Amino acid sequence: MSGFWSTVFNADFVFAIFRITAPILFAALGAIIAEKAGVTNIGLDGMMSISALFGTLISYWTQSWLVGVLGAVLVGMILGLMMGFFALRLRTDIILTGIAMNMLGGGGTIFLLYMFTGLRGNTSSLSSPNILIPTLNIPVLKDIPVLGSIFSGHSVLTYLAFILVFVVRFMLNRTSTGLNIRAVGENSDAARSVGISVKRVQYIALIMSGALAGFGGAFMSMYYSQSWNVGMIAGRGFIALAAEAMGRSQPVGAMFSSLIFGFAQALETRVSGIQGVSSFLVAAIPYLVTIIGLVVFVWSSRRKADKRRRQISTSDWE
Amino acid sequence: MGAANETAQNIELAVDMRNISKVYPNGIAANQNVNFSVRKGEIHALIGENGAGKSTLVKMLFGMEQATEGEIFINGKEVQLTSPAQAIEHGIGMVHQHLMLVPSLTVAENMVLGMPPKKGIAIDYQAAVRMTTEIAERYHFNIDAEKRVMDIPVGMKQKIEILKALLRGAEILILDEPTAVLTSNETVELFQQLRHLRDNGFTIIFISHRLNEIKELTDRMTIMRGGRFMGVHDTAGISEQEISRLMVGRDVLLELEKDQANPQELVLSVENVSYTNEWNKLMLDNVSFDVRAGEIVGIAGVEGNGQKELVDILFGLRNAHTGEVKVNNESILGKSQRVIREMGVSLIPEDRMLYGIAATGSITDNILADRYGNKEYNAGPFFKTKKIQKDTEQLIKEYRIVARNQSQQVDMLSGGNIQKVVVAREFSSCPNLIIADQPTRGIDVGATEFIRKRLLDLSREGAAVLLVSADLSEVMEMSDRLLIFYGGEIVASFDQTSTLTDEVMGEYMLGLRRQDKKELEEDAYV
Repeated sequence: MSGFWSTVFNADFVFAIFRITAPILFAALGAIIAEKAGVTNIGLDGMMSISALFGTLISYWTQSWLVGVLGAVLVGMILGLMMGFFALRLRTDIILTGIAMNMLGGGGTIFLLYMFTGLRGNTSSLSSPNILIPTLNIPVLKDIPVLGSIFSGHSVLTYLAFILVFVVRFMLNRTSTGLNIRAVGENSDAARSVGISVKRVQYIALIMSGALAGFGGAFMSMYYSQSWNVGMIAGRGFIALAAEAMGRSQPVGAMFSSLIFGFAQALETRVSGIQGVSSFLVAAIPYLVTIIGLVVFVWSSRRKADKRRRQISTSDWE
Repeated sequence: MGAANETAQNIELAVDMRNISKVYPNGIAANQNVNFSVRKGEIHALIGENGAGKSTLVKMLFGMEQATEGEIFINGKEVQLTSPAQAIEHGIGMVHQHLMLVPSLTVAENMVLGMPPKKGIAIDYQAAVRMTTEIAERYHFNIDAEKRVMDIPVGMKQKIEILKALLRGAEILILDEPTAVLTSNETVELFQQLRHLRDNGFTIIFISHRLNEIKELTDRMTIMRGGRFMGVHDTAGISEQEISRLMVGRDVLLELEKDQANPQELVLSVENVSYTNEWNKLMLDNVSFDVRAGEIVGIAGVEGNGQKELVDILFGLRNAHTGEVKVNNESILGKSQRVIREMGVSLIPEDRMLYGIAATGSITDNILADRYGNKEYNAGPFFKTKKIQKDTEQLIKEYRIVARNQSQQVDMLSGGNIQKVVVAREFSSCPNLIIADQPTRGIDVGATEFIRKRLLDLSREGAAVLLVSADLSEVMEMSDRLLIFYGGEIVASFDQTSTLTDEVMGEYMLGLRRQDKKELEEDAYV
């Protein structure tokens, strides 16, 4: 049994958790910004898929990973703008718009890939190591045993994902853009009554959300699987929505819930290689973790709400 | 009043709205030739019942609606107000009934929303707190700038709304029924603060229909009724009786021929019902009464005195906290609307667009809404379309609904015809108890007369009718017995309405008078 634990829980495993978490985290941050502005973005999965494709193509055309990543982010922003145009200007339902985006990510990408390159289904023939997102060995840290092999050697975007948690938190809590986003999402009449343009704020939120999906997409095709292929996003955009909800729409909360999902997926990958373990049981791990996570989330938020209600009503009677 | 005198007065007017009329696209005239002028540095009450046109008038002053006719002068200069932003620029601030605050932001963040002080790319939170504390101290408001809005009581939220307007440079403050959600202590505090603001040169427009508050707080008042201007008075120079007469007096008299009621068996019995709302405010206080078959019992009262809560409880939309409600000797508490309907109860809801109809459905759909499961309309899994069409056609004819055809979308009809659709459905299900909540509000004279006549006929044919109305002439003419609600209690009960005068009614409705226990008991139970 101790052999089992050491094959599963070691430094490599923890390293893998961070690697798997990063794309979910990008999308979860994108989900938070859109949700806070009152425009639920369920199109993240499709956005990730499309920008992942463009990331690979642009990096191949320019032979530069950096331009590829920036291209993917730009495409994500354009997709956010598009969602805004449909939902805010033409007044389509935001959820349906998101569904359309996801379908575009499924079928549209295959079409685009064929149109641009004549390839069917994947871009593995285009890839070469020099146009992938580089990894970063952090001086000093890399030489520390265990810690070095966990925290050093990740891709540039993995670090960026965790940095962005705090950037997004700062943006939402400490900048006027952030306050406007929250005001619009919570009470749009209040925002309007002080002269904030609700639509403008929602456009901005969707564009930011798209940019974050773009990072997530680039991470997937230009680092995680090293090329683009059909279905590679594999529902990460939806898992990100769950992470956003479990993290109570707070960046740090979403980071922890993304890590839980990362942990569950890493565990699945790890354990499924071991003989004598039922693969069906193992495949269920990420979903079991999701359900347990959601139960805990609902239970704790209900308790908090009760407590708050009690506090307000007692101060009322003072 | 001489011309010279008038000009002298114009100079000190903060607000002068002249000959304002507002007709909505659907033809409802909310304001007709209203004059509203407020002097600088006074607290001016705008008083009238719900639907009197007060809200429409101040919405035009705050740039949320535009007048069809008339002129608006602010500090003697004519202005065009087409958005709240423009009104704010002219120094007008409004505290809405529904507070315009963002719950998860702190008080200070709410205060500076849309115009935050900045430090680099971030907002300067400390400066926002400082600004908030400063302005709160200057006007003696006691608030906690760093608390989140969701964690503070409603009285404090309202103070923040007032401060928000002041921070944006408002000199004229409009408060739309600010005391509706406040406890009495909070109200006392609010009044102190408003007086203090007045003494500092601010002009305050105070919308209310509570006489005692207006008497206590305001300097002058403008009275409105039915969209019309009913005069402006010094608060000190007018008696409460006079105000109530101007405010709730009768308008149009529609003659109804009514024979003596002949009450039969008990249908509705309400026993000791109390209800406390979500803000711990007691909305119904130990209410008891009966309605018998063949009689119309009217409930009069100024809105917000518990009638809405009562109707909701009677139809299972809210739960009474204590007490018992029985229909035909069977409790309805905890039962669903469907079961209550099956027990023979019909409801004409107060808000017809929200509860009365499905706005985008057809006339047929709306009439079918309570009976689509009936055997007569179903053949296995399918509707009997022909039968449905025939019956709907019949009802359209019988209730004189003016429509292109029966598949016309209901919200394309006029208000009166929409109400007739509701009435056609509710009256045609052979009810033995009809709850009619404001059945003729805002509809034309013809439809009004028709609905009243129908209601009367049904009662004489043996239905029990509970009529809740803010329209005095309606309750007084229709009812066989009359109850008056004030502050969630029945304060008066009359066995006949013919001897009652508007003045007496007004005094009871506005809480100036109440019957003692003995008088009430004599009349509440037949």
